[in-house]
Amino acid sequence: MPEATPTKAPNERPAETVIEEGKTVGAPFSSDPKFKLRDVEVFYGDTRAIRNISLDITRNEVIAFIGPSGCGKSTFLRCLNRMNDSIDICRIKGSLQLDGEDIYDPKRDVVELRARVGMVFQKPNPFPKSIYDNVAYGPRIHGLANRKSELDDIVENSLRKAGLWDEAKDRLDAMATSMSGGQQQRLCIARAIAVSPEVVLMDEPCSALDPIATARIEELIAELSESYTIVIVTHSMQQAARVSNRTAYFHLGHLVEVNDTSKVFTMPEHQLTESYITGRFG
Amino acid sequence: MTDSGSQAELVRRSLKRRYRKERRFRFYGITAIAIALFSLVILFTDIVSKGYTGFIKTTVTLEVPLDGELMYLTDATDPDQIAMADFQAPIIKALQAYFPTATSRSDKRELSRMTGSYASNQVRDLLEKQPDLLGTTRTMEFLAHDAVSVYVKHAGDPGYSIRLTEQQQRWTDELLDKGVIDTSFNDVFFSRGDSREPSNAGILGALVGSLLTMGITLVIAFPVGVAAAVYLEEFAPSNRITDFIEVNINNLAAVPSIIFGLLGLAVFIGVFGLPRSVPVVGGLVLALMTLPTIIISSRAAIKSVPPSIREAAEGIGASKMQVVLHHVFPLAMPGMLTGSIIGMAQALGETAPLLLIGMVAFIVEVPDGFFSSATVLPVQIFIWAGSAEQGFVELASAGIMVLLAFLITMNALAIWLRKRLERRW
Repeated sequence: MPEATPTKAPNERPAETVIEEGKTVGAPFSSDPKFKLRDVEVFYGDTRAIRNISLDITRNEVIAFIGPSGCGKSTFLRCLNRMNDSIDICRIKGSLQLDGEDIYDPKRDVVELRARVGMVFQKPNPFPKSIYDNVAYGPRIHGLANRKSELDDIVENSLRKAGLWDEAKDRLDAMATSMSGGQQQRLCIARAIAVSPEVVLMDEPCSALDPIATARIEELIAELSESYTIVIVTHSMQQAARVSNRTAYFHLGHLVEVNDTSKVFTMPEHQLTESYITGRFG
Repeated sequence: MTDSGSQAELVRRSLKRRYRKERRFRFYGITAIAIALFSLVILFTDIVSKGYTGFIKTTVTLEVPLDGELMYLTDATDPDQIAMADFQAPIIKALQAYFPTATSRSDKRELSRMTGSYASNQVRDLLEKQPDLLGTTRTMEFLAHDAVSVYVKHAGDPGYSIRLTEQQQRWTDELLDKGVIDTSFNDVFFSRGDSREPSNAGILGALVGSLLTMGITLVIAFPVGVAAAVYLEEFAPSNRITDFIEVNINNLAAVPSIIFGLLGLAVFIGVFGLPRSVPVVGGLVLALMTLPTIIISSRAAIKSVPPSIREAAEGIGASKMQVVLHHVFPLAMPGMLTGSIIGMAQALGETAPLLLIGMVAFIVEVPDGFFSSATVLPVQIFIWAGSAEQGFVELASAGIMVLLAFLITMNALAIWLRKRLERRW
């Protein structure tokens, strides 16, 4: 891997201009990875959606995936908890490891994997049930609580962590769908963390929300980053800059550049990254 | 380049054209609805005007002298004597009280045809039950003879008096004036099975038969249909076999219902040796007929469950089974129920396949189980519509009204269930 030249002046053009398959500039690897992803390729039928990506996701970091639409960042995210399984034509190659264990091992239980790697989706998608039942659903199916009081505690803790407790505590029996969009998304986050996952994947969690709700979610991500590894896909570069420690730039199925967020946004090493963050395309 | 003035003019002109088009389109729509409503009104008017008399019964209330000498009966506890006795005589005697001059043989015959043919059985049953009534006089209510009943209900319409002699017409008018012949709500219609005599025939047998048959259909078709739909939608791998099954189900939905009747005859009666004319076989045949409808509508309902809910559950770590049972199934339930009830309503009105498995038989008894001979509402209407007596015409129309009421109830139930179970997301 070529080392970034730290002395480069901000107004100097980045050195790299072409994408070389399998080659990522910046610092894609870490010494203590939560996820160790090597030579990952994803095919939709004959289309190669992800081309030879290698990346480490560090424990308890917030990593943001950015890039133009259709660049494969959501597809890549969904490989991390095998949400692509339900798509028949989707094939995945390469090695994906969570804590040293292969994610796509045929013997691996996908239910257990998803309990460890939770997910929050683009559009708030609460179940058409009560607020309480939404949060309690995960703990219930995984048998995390033996008594009602334990379940109550889990629900309260999760809602507190999601910053929703004060708004929701008096109407836990109300339909989740009666809440506002921002509240619903925080409920979905509460639902995801109720099963105490190690990793939370967020697929453009704020794209359907107004700026105030977005700000709340971003605060929340900052709080959650203390105890969880968070992978967030976002279209908003400001959001990536605000919430993440590291940023990965995807382009047409390639992982072009990965580095500390501050570096990516101030001194991108790749021409394409620079073009994207300066708004020349995307 | 066109200048802006003429462009606005062009837009204005095209606007006018567009509005004209819109008005014309709206007019077509209103016309279509008007035609539909008009047809509906005609249909209902016709059925109700022909059928409302079916809900009226004509009775003759008489002081019947239970005179032993008259009936050639000395001991009402003796079955031999009961078998030989003439129970028509006291009824004629009671009528003669109003018409003392009617004593000739032909007069007596005409008098005996004022009450229905079951009137004498009524007298016999009374004496059999209470033999000590012999020698007393009892007030008894008989059903009027069918011809009398039709004449009374359609008073003044010459088309309905042809089966009565002039003398009988005179008598009927007189008895009506005296209140001996009277009309009231036809409880007989709702409490009996079929009969050869219209005034004695009821819809209850067919109604119970329909309920039993529908019960079997629902119990078989709903679970099987829903399970098939869930499997095909959620678990089946997409390969040739699945495609083949799918095409076949869609084709089955279009197969004429009489084919299912033939199948039922060949398989359920021929191979499995189930009895003819019973609700079990009828229900099985109709279940086969309804299955494709239920499967297709259930699949549509499952498909309409938003994928986001599925993803949400999968994202938390719900297994395939849990996703289906906890989320997809409850959300698809209203749609599946609606489809099933529409399928059931279709089955309720089905006649052709039931004709083939013998449910067209003349059955007097109200069926008391899934294995007793029965007929169903549409078949009963079919039988009555083909009968010669004038009294059956009104019964057929009344039967249609009962069938429609049944259907409307089922559809109302479907709407209610959908409203109850519907959840928004």
